[in-house]
Amino acid sequence: MTLASLGRGQKGVIRAIDTSDPMVQRLMVLGLVEGAELEYSSAAIGGDPLEFRLFGNAISLRKEQARHFTVSPLPNGG
Amino acid sequence: MAKPSVTRVSVDQITVSRRPSVSIAVVGNPNSGKSTLFNRLTGLRQRTANYPGATVEKHVGTATAGTAVLELIDLPGTFSLSAHSTEERIAVDVILGRMPGTNPPAGILAVVDMTNLYQGLYLVQQLMELELPMVVALTMSDAADVKGLRVDIDALQARLGGVTVCPVVATTGQGIKALRQALAELPGSPQPDLPAFWPELNKAAEQLSAELQGSVRRIEIERALLDSSGETEQEILGRLGKDRDERVGEVRRELFGDEPPLAREARYRYKWVREILDEVQQRAPPLITWGSRFIAWLNRPGPGTIGLFVVMAIVFQAVFAWATPMMDAIDAGTAALGSFLASQMPEGALASLLSDGIVAGVGSVIVFLPQIMILFLFIILLEDSGYLARAAYLMDRVMRSVGLSGQSIIPMISSFACAVPGIMATRVIPNRRDRIATMLAAPFMTCSARLPVYALLIAAFVPAESIGWMNLQGLVLFGLYLLGIFAGVLTALLLRVTALRGPKSPFALMLPEFRKPNLRTVLMQLWGRVKVFLRRAGTVIFAVAVIVWALAYYPRSDTVAWELAEQQAVAEASLRGGALSETLQQLDHQAAADQLAQSWLGRAGQVVEPVFRPLGWDWKISAAVIAGFPAREVVIAVLGTVYALGDAADEATLAQRLKSATWPDGAPVFTLPMVFGLLIFYACCLQCAATLAVIQRETNSWRWPVFAWFYMSTIGYVGALLVYQLGSG
Repeated sequence: MTLASLGRGQKGVIRAIDTSDPMVQRLMVLGLVEGAELEYSSAAIGGDPLEFRLFGNAISLRKEQARHFTVSPLPNGG
Repeated sequence: MAKPSVTRVSVDQITVSRRPSVSIAVVGNPNSGKSTLFNRLTGLRQRTANYPGATVEKHVGTATAGTAVLELIDLPGTFSLSAHSTEERIAVDVILGRMPGTNPPAGILAVVDMTNLYQGLYLVQQLMELELPMVVALTMSDAADVKGLRVDIDALQARLGGVTVCPVVATTGQGIKALRQALAELPGSPQPDLPAFWPELNKAAEQLSAELQGSVRRIEIERALLDSSGETEQEILGRLGKDRDERVGEVRRELFGDEPPLAREARYRYKWVREILDEVQQRAPPLITWGSRFIAWLNRPGPGTIGLFVVMAIVFQAVFAWATPMMDAIDAGTAALGSFLASQMPEGALASLLSDGIVAGVGSVIVFLPQIMILFLFIILLEDSGYLARAAYLMDRVMRSVGLSGQSIIPMISSFACAVPGIMATRVIPNRRDRIATMLAAPFMTCSARLPVYALLIAAFVPAESIGWMNLQGLVLFGLYLLGIFAGVLTALLLRVTALRGPKSPFALMLPEFRKPNLRTVLMQLWGRVKVFLRRAGTVIFAVAVIVWALAYYPRSDTVAWELAEQQAVAEASLRGGALSETLQQLDHQAAADQLAQSWLGRAGQVVEPVFRPLGWDWKISAAVIAGFPAREVVIAVLGTVYALGDAADEATLAQRLKSATWPDGAPVFTLPMVFGLLIFYACCLQCAATLAVIQRETNSWRWPVFAWFYMSTIGYVGALLVYQLGSG
């Protein structure tokens, strides 16, 4: 399961990252690294980019980058 | 008798000069409240310059802390010391002391948003490796309270090797005194007792530095090893000599294995950040208020989009409705001043210069100050509240369909105020093709200098009827804004499939929370804008008004004056009463029109008239348009002066004078098709030397500004031609 397939309001923890894309490396500098917990909050007009909560702050990225992050979903409310 | 008391002060305690002795770099993430804090610390003692070779503004201010006077350098926001955009690169170069013309910082003020310690501490860890004295300011501690965040300051300080940490609220000034105190003690204070973050990296860099006989500092080599793509990095590693690729590759393999260095660095440092957060930060459930619920609702895409359009519609209404009383007052004031001057002085060149040249010319531009203030106020509020960043996110998909990314939205919205800062704002766009396409689309956005031209023509020729809750004048204005957006977007699209064809650019953005704009910051920015406008009115527009007046007043024709005197004598001999005064008035108008037509301006206008005749313009408008090419708002001043000298001078305001302007055969000049053509010409034409100059500077070539000028002028001319010819049947 990747970041791009989380449902609205669902939380996931990053487990693995495909780091070959330089854009993905930039996202890692912003804190999207293994162990980071994200919550999918909404999508922009047209369904892309996606907005996530990361440690209480909002970050947006496109689906094509979100697919490089493998996550394991957390039970809601957890 | 009491002895006079004498206090002895040792020499080193006397402050002789208030010149700052050391510089401190103010560093932080974007949106961390860095600039608000900088403004709070330095007040109005700031100056703005440019960094060499770049148009990025350098903000330097002076702050007093106790007896110390410090120079603070407000750097562009950055998330890490591995730079990706021009602005980030400049921040990093200043921090590392590599920026020519800027003092290497003797200390660092790290600004960390308390609600975003996660990303803030990542940068702090990198900064600590510089081994410079440092103070950490934790901003937005009030917002952290609302979010239910508790930070154990003492524990954080201990984890940061004893660096002073000051919680502050920059908007209210809370905690600023303690921060000043910490800054005063900063220069010369012992370097922090660093925890060893990454001993392997430090060691490898130390070794390479030794191989270079210490000509490159350890920290620079560390950055170079981590950042494999940067130019500076290539340059630094290039000094290692001919076997450098092998040597560097070996060191990198040892340190990072198969991972890309940046990925390795992020994993490494964020592990440390999470450990600290677990120890120093506690989260309570956030305070849910009606305000926070409303903001959460506005953050959703649907309401966010609707909100953006509602805000824009209110702006256009406000620009027309709210500004009217103030504008009427200024209009009446200049009209009264003009006629007062004319009545107090003997008729002649001086009286004409003052009332027809200066008051009519400059006054007709000053009138638009209220509208421009309202427009700037809204743009500043949108930016300060964090709404513009959200617009970038919301519109990314839409912008991608025209070959741009959401990041192009911010420069385009700023261009509604002025294309010059708009084009400068394209610096945040990392992709060069996107950036140039955005720069060429930006001048189509209706800027505040087009507004006076639109406002004048709309107020004079579009009836003030209401359609639903909007009035027709507001709707026409809105339509012109839409036309600008459409033309700009189409231009970007055409460029992205032709000259600027290339891969789509990536997109990632931190979305700042909506926050209440800070009154102090908003007013300081607004005042800066108003100052620029008034300075232009007082210099460029003043000069143009005087020159245009002289061109339109001289040479005085004796023939016209004799003919007037002759015909006056004939009329006085043959007519009586009302008929006489009417005829005399007509003769006056005729003489004024004849004088104007044979003036230098009249002659020049008649030379270019054939070019603009197909658009329905007479020589007066043609001359005004030509004069407006360096700065488009000048056209108003020119029309103001020309019509004050001509036959329509009896009317009180410029709008009324335009309405009564006629061709020699008596047909009105300003017909609806002609007015709409003129509006379209103004919507498209690039009549702004400052915009051309800034495009040249930002692209570092004359090709793009020259292309933009011809392209936009052609569209404007053809558009006006079509509207006039089709409209006039």
